Amino acid sequence: MDVNRRRLLVLLPAAAVAWKFVLAGTPEGAPNFKLTEHWWAMLIDLPKCIGCGSCVRACSAENDVPDGYFRTWVERYHVADWKIERPDVESPDGGKESFPPSDIGGKNFFVPKLCNHCADSPCTQVCPVGATFVTPDGVVLVDKTYCLGCRYCVQACPYGCRFINPKTNTAEKCSLCYHRITKGLTTACCEVCPTGARQLADLKNPKDPIHEYLKTHTVQVLKPHMATGAKVFYNGMDGSVR
Amino acid sequence: MVIALVVFVGLRAAVVPKTFGQYGHYRGAAIAEIAARPIAYAGHEVCEGCHTDVVDQKKLGRHVVVPCEACHGAQAKHADDPAAVKPPKLDTAVLCARCHEANTAKPKNFPQVVTADHSSGIACDTCHRPHRPKIEDAADNKKPTTEAKK
Amino acid sequence: MQIPVEGFMYPNEVELQWSVLIVLYPFLTGLVAGAFILASLERVFRVQAVKPTYRLALLTALSFLLVAPLPLQLHLGHPERSLEMYLTPHRSSAMAMFGFVYLWYLMAVLLLEIWLDYRRDIVLKSQTSSGLARVVYRILTLGSDNISERSLRIDDHIGYLITLVGIPSAFLLHGYVGFIFGSVKANPWWSSPLMPIVFIFSAMVSGIAAVMLLYMATTRLRGKEIDIRCLDKIAQYLLYTFVIDFSLEMLDLLQRIYEADESFRSLDFMVHTRLWASQVIVQILLGTVTPIVLLGLMQILRLTELARKRIYAVAGCLTVIGIFAMRWNVVIGGQLFSKSFLGYTTYKMGFATREGLLTAIVLMLLPFAILWVLVKLLPPWPDATSPVSGVRAAQGTT
Repeated sequence: MDVNRRRLLVLLPAAAVAWKFVLAGTPEGAPNFKLTEHWWAMLIDLPKCIGCGSCVRACSAENDVPDGYFRTWVERYHVADWKIERPDVESPDGGKESFPPSDIGGKNFFVPKLCNHCADSPCTQVCPVGATFVTPDGVVLVDKTYCLGCRYCVQACPYGCRFINPKTNTAEKCSLCYHRITKGLTTACCEVCPTGARQLADLKNPKDPIHEYLKTHTVQVLKPHMATGAKVFYNGMDGSVR
Repeated sequence: MVIALVVFVGLRAAVVPKTFGQYGHYRGAAIAEIAARPIAYAGHEVCEGCHTDVVDQKKLGRHVVVPCEACHGAQAKHADDPAAVKPPKLDTAVLCARCHEANTAKPKNFPQVVTADHSSGIACDTCHRPHRPKIEDAADNKKPTTEAKK
Repeated sequence: MQIPVEGFMYPNEVELQWSVLIVLYPFLTGLVAGAFILASLERVFRVQAVKPTYRLALLTALSFLLVAPLPLQLHLGHPERSLEMYLTPHRSSAMAMFGFVYLWYLMAVLLLEIWLDYRRDIVLKSQTSSGLARVVYRILTLGSDNISERSLRIDDHIGYLITLVGIPSAFLLHGYVGFIFGSVKANPWWSSPLMPIVFIFSAMVSGIAAVMLLYMATTRLRGKEIDIRCLDKIAQYLLYTFVIDFSLEMLDLLQRIYEADESFRSLDFMVHTRLWASQVIVQILLGTVTPIVLLGLMQILRLTELARKRIYAVAGCLTVIGIFAMRWNVVIGGQLFSKSFLGYTTYKMGFATREGLLTAIVLMLLPFAILWVLVKLLPPWPDATSPVSGVRAAQGTT
């Protein structure tokens, strides 16, 4: 191979790589929101939850959630006596139309659930292309224009909060109403909760009431043994909650 | 081998989105795109800006803590153009039961009734006024509570 | 379509995510790895007896490897975006990294090895054939016409090295599929360090059995005599591999039963009800215990050639069915129970849908169609009409 051709073969790939970096330059449409000033979380006060399903309906309306799929849902627990490891749980249509009347004795309570926006998110770990990710302000989002629909993330989530949207054929889940919280509003579910059982929290804000709350209440996360760094904190959560 | 590498790098430069890798292993522009979604719930502060008479009613009862859109649904469209978009009339027989139907999983001190026995299916606002639900207070205020400030 | 649920499932869990196509995928890649290991038995470990199956095993591996990405593509919500896995692979994702393992195995191992082994035949055919066939063979020579003694010896050396690298590559290929499942901590049916190893050994079992069956079938179809010494040897290796595979699976089962952790009650109930037929009857009894007993007996008893051939055929068929059942039980079984351990769902398999039974059947048959084409193009028979390969002929084919 003569010298000129060899030189070209070296220069071409180098030029291609350099050009790529040049194009990467300024991002299109940087959000008008300081990404590093927040670390979003949620607080759910279980003794206050009345299982009305307002949060499920609000989320569905706010985020165009398809029927039969849930970005958030409410479970009703019945624990018979000491059988903590075997509760009876039901969630008719995710609790969307609340629950039928019930007079069962024993211990009963509601548990709203949603994406826990894990700091060490297993769904993010397994995504083959980077379509789901944790933002610098702690929200786990899905880029639906990049998602392949391989469903690995749905398998990897220990909490069952992900699903595939049948209209877009991409993965979807609670986005912590990112489009609202970045504008100073609260999430749709927190907005409509009539008892204040659900509260948005910003762990990076020293004035946020959550800091004092966490110090003075008995708080848990779901499936701590999975070590996901879940950021939805439940006050007064019974050991039977799965 | 070299040709394959050149093709690969060239392809990558052409196809991979420009903002990929900006904040991490994902398309940086996605953050802004997701943040730009339209809003459906206005938030109770927006409602309270216009409907001050309702606010005054609610202040006198237990429903003061209940956000407007919990019952009235998403009203951002109405807030943007109140004359053009009117909130629909609510069916209290269905709506109120969602919170107040008796269920042992609800907190003990939360007001709940077995609606079949309590009202035999008639609309709740036949007797209760939604913004100030306690019946004993009816004497204080005879005006209906569902009118907005004109 | 209402999916019947027993007990409680998280609302989003009711519908299964991974269908029969994702059952097919590890089955196909397993056959690839297994067939390649059988081929390497001769090439690297110099087990002369299995030589008649060497080229057939390589072509079988290639046929299945070419079809393997198809169930994945059909399953994706956006197959047109699948190139993203190669352009922006997420390094922490086993699935992304697997794309490169697959590519490596296909290009650097399998294709190269087949080309090197067949090179002399390809060159000769490019000189003696005519018409379209001649054009095809000319392309396949990749511009190299040199089939001198020295050149063929170099081919042989490189081929040996490639096979040497190919053995761990084959383990990596299928072990990685095992890891894709085994690394999901959210699913206790999958999450296990044993998973890659179990997958590798069950892959070897299925691959060896498949090549054995193909050898028997193709030899019969060609009206030739089956080399019983070859068959005996293959059956022996199948038995050894099977014993290891069975031991590993039993070890996993025994440990689960003994430790009886949080998930055990739910999984145990699932196996006893929803997976009874596919796991206990098909996979374990028919697909594992029976072939092991049959193959074991063949090592002890001295039956007639005809009887042995019949029993090997039965054992081979049961094995392949059993390994398919194993993939089914892993993939589908892992999605039938709730992660709350409080309920179960049902798999509703479509028929003529994109991920339905018909698609699965077509994808299962496709490798055989490809194999047919390959066998016509590059005959793997030891007694093929074209002059036998130079150096390796000197070593003495059967």
